[in-house]
Amino acid sequence: MKNKQIKKAITGGFAVGEAIRQINPDVMAVYPITPQTPIVEYFAQEVADGNAYTEIIPVESEHSAMSACIGSAAAGARSMTASSSQGIMYMMEMLPIASAMRLPIVMAVSTRAISGPLNIHGDHSDAMAMRDFGWIQLFAESVQEAYDNLIIGTKLAEKALLPVAPNMDGFITSHSVENVEIMTDQAVKEFVGEYQPTQTLFDFNEPKTFGAIALPESYFNFRKQVYDAMQEAESKFLEIVSDFEKISGRKYDLVESYQLDDAEKVIVAMGSTCGTIKATVDKLRGRGQKVGLLKIRLFRPWPVEAVYQALKDVEQVFVLDKNLSFGTSQVLAGNVEIALKRPINSVVYGLGGREISEEEVEKIFTGEVRSFLI
Amino acid sequence: MKKNYEIIVYGRGGQGGKTTAELITQAAALKEKYVQSFPEFGPERSGAPVRAFVRIAEEPIKTHQSVQEADCILVLDETLLETDKLKSDLSDYFLERGVMVVNSKKTKQEIKSKFSGKLEVIVVDATGLAEKIVGESRPNVVILGKFAQTTKIVDAEDIMTVFRSKYLPKIGEDKTEKNIEAIRQSALSEEV
Repeated sequence: MKNKQIKKAITGGFAVGEAIRQINPDVMAVYPITPQTPIVEYFAQEVADGNAYTEIIPVESEHSAMSACIGSAAAGARSMTASSSQGIMYMMEMLPIASAMRLPIVMAVSTRAISGPLNIHGDHSDAMAMRDFGWIQLFAESVQEAYDNLIIGTKLAEKALLPVAPNMDGFITSHSVENVEIMTDQAVKEFVGEYQPTQTLFDFNEPKTFGAIALPESYFNFRKQVYDAMQEAESKFLEIVSDFEKISGRKYDLVESYQLDDAEKVIVAMGSTCGTIKATVDKLRGRGQKVGLLKIRLFRPWPVEAVYQALKDVEQVFVLDKNLSFGTSQVLAGNVEIALKRPINSVVYGLGGREISEEEVEKIFTGEVRSFLI
Repeated sequence: MKKNYEIIVYGRGGQGGKTTAELITQAAALKEKYVQSFPEFGPERSGAPVRAFVRIAEEPIKTHQSVQEADCILVLDETLLETDKLKSDLSDYFLERGVMVVNSKKTKQEIKSKFSGKLEVIVVDATGLAEKIVGESRPNVVILGKFAQTTKIVDAEDIMTVFRSKYLPKIGEDKTEKNIEAIRQSALSEEV
């Protein structure tokens, strides 16, 4: 049954902060960085006002933020943090440790370009840099999805025993005001449930070691376990979004097909640009052009079968990467090619916050823009 | 026919143009409209020209591009009228049917004479009203009274409601009421 929801017009940063307040985690390690800061700004105010009971740990760096999350999560606490760009680069050493220790940490990410040159604006370079570290990664098109993904992500982390990064586009989503339906505190709390850690440092009846050295006879096996857990996360995600639909009325899947049924030309993308592409698709469909969009919601694990099914009959596929890999093919483009086993058209766009307009999306569909929308 | 009513707010860094945009958005949301507002993602320098964008619609808003064809332009600092950036935003669409609300002590005719086209120019001395009533030279909230009264896109009452709920805890009763009085007088002000 769909619960009552409160309609608000707030920024993505505040909506994600509100979701964290409703979940009321045990620990939140905080360190400021643009464009993540509004999340923690909002949440810290709520804690100061007595609206959440979270232990806020104001650390001196992002490396410590992730370390604090790892320590507290290993102790059995529901642990979260939020970061962007250089912050993620700085904690990178700790990221694969979190997944290898199978800790369900949630890190809200406002995606941003990475230096250099220095740039505070939105692209996906930071998220792409952590793609192979055993973190589940979700992408949001809107403020509503950023809010929902944080809640879905928390439950997914605990079911999959893997850390989760719900990503929203820095500035475009984190600093934009949009309509959002906020669920009741009660509904969110019931959905994520009381956190019951399966393995903790504080289990004195069955003491365990976390983060021990693993030599050649066991290291590979530990890494393989993370691989297997990631493979299984896809079906767990599907169960969770199905339950989420029952309480929210909002239906989510691994990917979202927009006007794909008879589409001859399709763009594949992630994040807020999907909205701009939808608006362009509407316009071009109005002129009788058979175009569509495939939006990736769950990026890691990569939903290879869902992508194949959605695109197998499509003549021309254009894949948009908001990140630049040097000396090789682009990340999202390469992943789509793996799913389709045939070449696609790869276009890099939006680096360092460069805007993409509907007119430019149209030029991608016509093939006028190739490789780089610069 | 455009689906979205689109606004560009022109101000200088630190003047509060982002707040202007957010107040319009949240006032429209009170009437169950679909809304979107976002600042221009450029350099954050005090005094630099900055824009903020607003969309208001009857249907969900999909696009995230900046506003290309504004229905309304709000200008917090009239020196921005002479800038290339503002001039480049004056689409044919806007010049034919747009509304420009300018914070200025000048007359409507003086401002209008700078532009060709059928656009409607509205003038309000928001800085003057803010100085007189609030005791601060911040036009960003006060201009909304005139904006609401002339465009009818949002209700001035809703602007006041949103302002009160947002700022009462931050600036206290006295300043909140003074700002609201300034919004009211801005709505009632007569153009010269």
